[in-house]
Formats: sequence, structure tokens, C-alpha cells
Amino acid sequence: MATIAAVIASTHHPFYYKASTSTGDQRPPFAEEWVRKVEAFRDTLTRANPDVLVLVGSDHFHQLWLDNMPQFLVGNAPHYDANWYNEEREFGLPRFFMNGQQDLSWHILRGGIDRGFDLAFSNELRLDHSVTCPIITLRPQNDLPVVPIYTNIFAPPLPQPKRFVELGRMIRELVESWPSDLRVAIIGTGHLSLELGGPRQFGPHGPDPEFDAKAVEWIATSDVERALAEVSLESLWTPGNATHGFMDFMLMMGVAGEGVKADYVDTYDLFHTMEAYFTWYPEVTP
Amino acid sequence: MSRYLLDKFLYTIDRDPELVERYRADPAGTVEWWERERANQVLNCHVGENSTWLKFDDAERAALVAHDYVKLYEMGAHPFLTLTLFIAMYERDFAEPLGFQLEYAQKLSAWRDKPYPDITT
Repeated sequence: MATIAAVIASTHHPFYYKASTSTGDQRPPFAEEWVRKVEAFRDTLTRANPDVLVLVGSDHFHQLWLDNMPQFLVGNAPHYDANWYNEEREFGLPRFFMNGQQDLSWHILRGGIDRGFDLAFSNELRLDHSVTCPIITLRPQNDLPVVPIYTNIFAPPLPQPKRFVELGRMIRELVESWPSDLRVAIIGTGHLSLELGGPRQFGPHGPDPEFDAKAVEWIATSDVERALAEVSLESLWTPGNATHGFMDFMLMMGVAGEGVKADYVDTYDLFHTMEAYFTWYPEVTP
Repeated sequence: MSRYLLDKFLYTIDRDPELVERYRADPAGTVEWWERERANQVLNCHVGENSTWLKFDDAERAALVAHDYVKLYEMGAHPFLTLTLFIAMYERDFAEPLGFQLEYAQKLSAWRDKPYPDITT
């Protein structure tokens, strides 16, 4: 069966690409430290020597729209184009082409549906920065096949937080039951407190540093019980109007396993939102 | 109230470079054209299969024509869609990085301690 080489949870900050590639007067003062932290985080994936990436993210109203909105969707395609005109326009993101690991997509779809998760699928999916940001930060050579999984954290009615945790647990079980010799890294990106298009946006820090501190602690210790006790669809409005993206972190806590401490934790307090990076190595050390 | 249609306008304009420029330069004409030609187009269907029932109310139409993003926020247009499109139209007019985004937050400051408007569709 397949091996889970690493479980990685990260924020996805679309400005990283521009900050890290800009030069001279254009280079922001926080870029050097940000690059240093991202490169250290990248080493945690490189060290795991993965063959395949499962990428969990959330389409930002690019291909998935309100006339036909899935809650959880698995890409099931041999190839994926990635990044959109409005991401080039606003963030300067490059366009990508990625290969799919379609037999794993099928395994997750068939297995998930048989276990009671009625997953939607897409045979032609153009990916966005929720899954390309971790390629830029963690695997810039973009050389591995992927299985993208999208969650709805944008368009109410949203699934409950516990469903994100349950989906994470199930993804873990399904990858572990995939009949393959390959090493799979499961990477998911979400948000800590975040405001977009509201009065608290683009402040000097994330809109709710207190929430961020608690959230980082929950993730670092994979304290699913505490997170589920304190977080609801209603409560997630309080830290900022885009904080429902935290549920993708809860999904990754489900992947990592209840109470399993992350092997690597780092954060970076930036304008607009706090960056947070977590890696677990599930393989038992002999 | 047709929050869905407001969102559909913002979404379909934002994803098309020509329409972003057209809406910036001629908001009244673009809104009038869009409501007549595009509001009822089901996005993945042949135009012969259009819907028949979608239209803005007067306040919604006026907010779009006025580029009034504060009013759109109050009406419950999806804030991510509004922000993204208005950055595309206005960021270029500000010399400082994030100048437009910070002005946008300032103009919404009366909402800072109030519940968010309902954005359900």
C-alpha cells in the first residue's frame, strides 16, 4: 500500500510569489525573512521524498460557481492547467501545467463515496492559487503528479467544521489503502483570521491575532476536540469574514490524526494575515 | 433582492479582461448591456437555453452603475467578488502599495463593529 510521506498544512498567501521574485526598490522589507521561512518549510517536504501530492484547497470562484456549487470535489483528470487571469492580474502568478495521478483520484472518489462521502468530481479542472501557492512555496520545480481536492469555504451553505475533519480522516485512510508503492504527501492550505472585502482588511496584522494564536496551537497539537468545541460556522465570522478558510486547516488536522503533534511548526506575522506552516511525518521511526 | 444576480455580475465581469475595462470606463452602459444580454445566460449552456426571470432591482442597478462598493457590501454582494473586481479597476489609480485596499477598508469603517451583512444566495 501507499506510504504517507508527509502531511503538510499551510496558509496560502498569493503575494508570496511577487514578494519573493521582486528586486531592488520593488522588494518589500519583509521578503528576506519570508523567503528564509518558506525555504526552511520547503525542506520539510523535500526530506519526505514524495512521489505524488494530494492538494487540498478551495476554488476562489474561478471554475466553481453558484449555479452548480459542490461542497467537496475531487479532480479526476490526467492533467491540470492552473492559475487564472485575475490571479495573474492581481498577484502576478504564473500559469502552470500539472500532471494528475488519476488512479489515486479514482481510488479516493470510489472509496469516499462507498464510505458515505458523496464527493463531486471534475474531469476538467483548472486549478487556482489555493493549490498552486503550495507548489510555489514547497515544490517550485512542479515535477510531481497531483490529486486536487476542493472544499467549499466560500459560498453558504457551507459544510459543518466536523465534516472537514471527517473528510481529512477519510482521505488519510483512503491514501493508506491505495494499492501502490508510491510515497504520497498530503498538503492542504487554508487561512487563519482573514478579512477580504470588509472593514478590517489589509491591516498591519491579521484581523484577530488572539484567534490566530489559539488556532496555531490547535493545529500544532492537532487538538481536534478543542477546535471543534470552539469553532462553528457562526463563530468563524468573528475573527474575519474569510476565516471559514480555517476549516481547511481542520481538515488537515483530520489527516494528521487527533492529538498528533506536528514535527515542524513555524509562523510569520505579516500584514493582512498571519502565515503558518506545519509538517507531520506519519512514518514510524524504527 | 437578487444577491445571486449581483454576484453573477461581479463574477462574469471580473473574469473577462475586456469587460473589466468596459465596466471601469462605462459603468452605466455596461450594466444596461449586461442585464439585457447576460443576466439570464446560464453560464455553461447554449444561449437558446437562457433563464427568463433574472433582473436587478433599482437599488442594485444604481449601486453597480455608481461603482458603489460600500452599497454592494451592505446589500450582501459577496465581499471577495466585489474586492477582486474593484482592485482590478482602481488599484492602478493609487501610488502607494495597498492604497486602494486601505481606502476601501476605511470607507467600510462604519461596519467595523457590526455584524456582517447576509451574503447567502
